[in-house]
Amino acid sequence: MSHLELSRRDFIKLMGATSLLASLNGCSHSLIRSSGKSPRVVVIGGGYAGATVAKYLRIWSNTGIETVVIEPKPYFISCPLSNLVLGGSKTLENLSFSYDAVKRNHGIQWIKDSVTAVDSESKKIITERGELHYDKLVLAPGVDFIYDELPMLQDESAQQSIPHAWKAGPQTVNLQHQLNDMPTGGVFVMSIPKAPYRCPPGPYERVCQVAFYLKQHNPTAKIIVLDANPDIVSKKGLFLKVWSEMYAGMIDYRPNSSVVDLDVSEKKVATEFEEVSADVLNIIPPQKAGRVAEDLGIANIDQRWCEVDFRTYESKILPDVHVVGDSVSAGWPKSAHMATSKARVCASAIVAEFGGVDPDPMPVFANTCYSFVSDSMAMHVAHVYRYDPRKQIMLPAEGGGVSDEPSAQEGAYAFDWARNIWSDVLT
Amino acid sequence: MSVLLSTGACADESYARLSIHTHVLASSCSACHGTNGNSVGGTPVLAGLQAEHFIRQMNAFKSGERASTVMHRHASGLTETEIRELAEHFSRQPRVNSSLPPPAKVEP
Repeated sequence: MSHLELSRRDFIKLMGATSLLASLNGCSHSLIRSSGKSPRVVVIGGGYAGATVAKYLRIWSNTGIETVVIEPKPYFISCPLSNLVLGGSKTLENLSFSYDAVKRNHGIQWIKDSVTAVDSESKKIITERGELHYDKLVLAPGVDFIYDELPMLQDESAQQSIPHAWKAGPQTVNLQHQLNDMPTGGVFVMSIPKAPYRCPPGPYERVCQVAFYLKQHNPTAKIIVLDANPDIVSKKGLFLKVWSEMYAGMIDYRPNSSVVDLDVSEKKVATEFEEVSADVLNIIPPQKAGRVAEDLGIANIDQRWCEVDFRTYESKILPDVHVVGDSVSAGWPKSAHMATSKARVCASAIVAEFGGVDPDPMPVFANTCYSFVSDSMAMHVAHVYRYDPRKQIMLPAEGGGVSDEPSAQEGAYAFDWARNIWSDVLT
Repeated sequence: MSVLLSTGACADESYARLSIHTHVLASSCSACHGTNGNSVGGTPVLAGLQAEHFIRQMNAFKSGERASTVMHRHASGLTETEIRELAEHFSRQPRVNSSLPPPAKVEP
């Protein structure tokens, strides 16, 4: 049988299976060249998860899968390390990278555009500039914010005054400037939403970074932390130790403190118990899966997060639609490392499916998440996660945990982590 | 398919089957050790590492014989088979120069 006589289905099967197996064996020669008949996977979102899915789809299919990424932003800005911009030891430019290398190195088609609608029946994506057909769709839209409780914070001018800075970008720089301009002895108030939200230790790391800056430049200033959660969500003992030892007297932590009302112009917030006035106010709103997931009706858990099969990351609601990154509903941290690990499981499962091969029945992957407590010292939480076929979820394996204490050695490793994950995701 | 697969080293289908699991697991090491174990620096390059050496180090992390900040957490979470297959996987990876992504051309 010559290649020309193969049906489209057989072609895809053969192409997928052989190239998957070939690349798994370290053989890089292409057994069958990609053609116009290649299956097409469209990835919505070019963050840690989306860029990783795209890269590994191309590598593991031996370029046999046509891969398109739709991302509105012109370049990548890393959320990890972005709290260090507030601390003053990094700039946003240090964390901003071009997509050129990953596009070029792997032949990914990259479309700078915004998705306006997805028609899952006819497998069509409508963007601001046109439309596109897919065989499989991967959603990696990150998080969106929920403003039901604080509708006055929804518009852009309110966010100029009270930035969330929870997506690294202009709001990060805005908050940094506000911190720098805060009056002597002023009050920085930060509100943390109920979990789950993006980056569980992130708000507490931010408290450390704000304190690190203030200790040097405005040492009589205070930080009030209004946490909607009953307790510190991640690395509790470590953060409490750092706050009492490195930043003694600067941080006033108040648990069970949801913000229920807000005066934007006065920068005054109300919780169920009290009113608090701020010189600089940083409200991190509650979060949900990105809008495109919601529009498709696949954010089925609490109407916020997407339920998926953890062997493939296919939506439990819609076939041929996969979800990766922070939009996934899971009992594990929404971290960048997790986002990339999930993305690779998803990519391998898609390549396997096109190749007529079963996906890995029991995926295992690692998560390492560092938090910086100053410009140079960091601490980790790390676990291996293993698929439990009975419970059908990923469970932390034995041996995981947190650092004994923050250290400069772990700070160095945290920067190594950042450089390596940037290299992996973006080259 | 069997014809296409019977090309030298690529013919070992049983290895390939095992490796889907190992391949995905190994790729999750790349956050700290670079794509296919080719670190951009700071952490050890795992690509091309002798399998026996890899297994010895992982077991030493696991037992605490080799002190570590974070590696004992990862080594402890893996089965003996996974460690052996990771060792084989990384020993087969070619060493290549990895690099940081180019900086963005940030709009003023």
